[in-house]
Amino acid sequence: MKLSWWKILSIILLFYAVIGGFLLPVPELSQLGETIRNLYFHVCMWFAMMILFTVSIVHSIKYLKNTNFKHDIKAKSYAQVGTYMGLLGYLTGGIWASFTWADPNNPAYASFGSIMREPKLIGAAMALLIYGAYFILRSSIKDMDQRARVSAVYNIFAYTMLFPSIWIIPRLLPSLHPGQEGNPALNFNDIDSRMRMVFYPAVIGWTLLGAWIATIKIRIEFIREKNIL
Amino acid sequence: MKTKILSFIFSIFSLEIYAQALSNQSSNMAEGMRSNGKIYVVVAVVVTILSGLIAYLIKIDKNLTSLEKEINQQ
Repeated sequence: MKLSWWKILSIILLFYAVIGGFLLPVPELSQLGETIRNLYFHVCMWFAMMILFTVSIVHSIKYLKNTNFKHDIKAKSYAQVGTYMGLLGYLTGGIWASFTWADPNNPAYASFGSIMREPKLIGAAMALLIYGAYFILRSSIKDMDQRARVSAVYNIFAYTMLFPSIWIIPRLLPSLHPGQEGNPALNFNDIDSRMRMVFYPAVIGWTLLGAWIATIKIRIEFIREKNIL
Repeated sequence: MKTKILSFIFSIFSLEIYAQALSNQSSNMAEGMRSNGKIYVVVAVVVTILSGLIAYLIKIDKNLTSLEKEINQQ
């Protein structure tokens, strides 16, 4: 079997992100120290999640347009991998925050309450729970046509809910999390040019990895649902 | 001829020993994997894990491709 070009690109970019992410120079900031390198991993999870959710909603709209089950399966798989990446982003953010935001004089769990009050964290949790409801909705409807149609409509709602919950509300409230003033990590004024050299390839690499896993899930589903496709 | 080659080889060995003696004197063993706070060790570990996971993913992909072929032949 020959790997397609984008899978090879993903592998190359991921190795570049890991090796360059650990070894290339980064700006020295007092609060962050070396943890600034998490930009290549933690932030990329959220970018990959957002891109995969966008792919998912496109397939949902396509399903509503031509009621082809293949689009329903694709929308589901991309949403699954996107949610998974979001969970990983949440988890890694929790680790990162407990070493940069938490009060070093107390044990990390003592700062848990104040960290969890961060609007960005609440917004991200809301967005992920809304997508969690998408899967519950899917599994609760037995009729296939109805399930595909209802969940496609719900997917559009879930995607639009991403905008208030992770893009708008966190910017209206004070937060320790960066990205208050604009698009975090995309603004040319707040990201160091040396980090951009690794960050953008890393985003592409992680997104392609997510897409790779999603295509594997899609192909398995295609085999499973061979009789109706 | 034989002695010349032998003496050449031994001289290389002796050079190496000399270099080792030098490095033991001058530095606190901060070469290769031990330099820069041993960050290269972390890089090696992460690269190993990443290669393992990607190899696993490629294997799953391959198995799936052969399964697809098998089903399409039926």
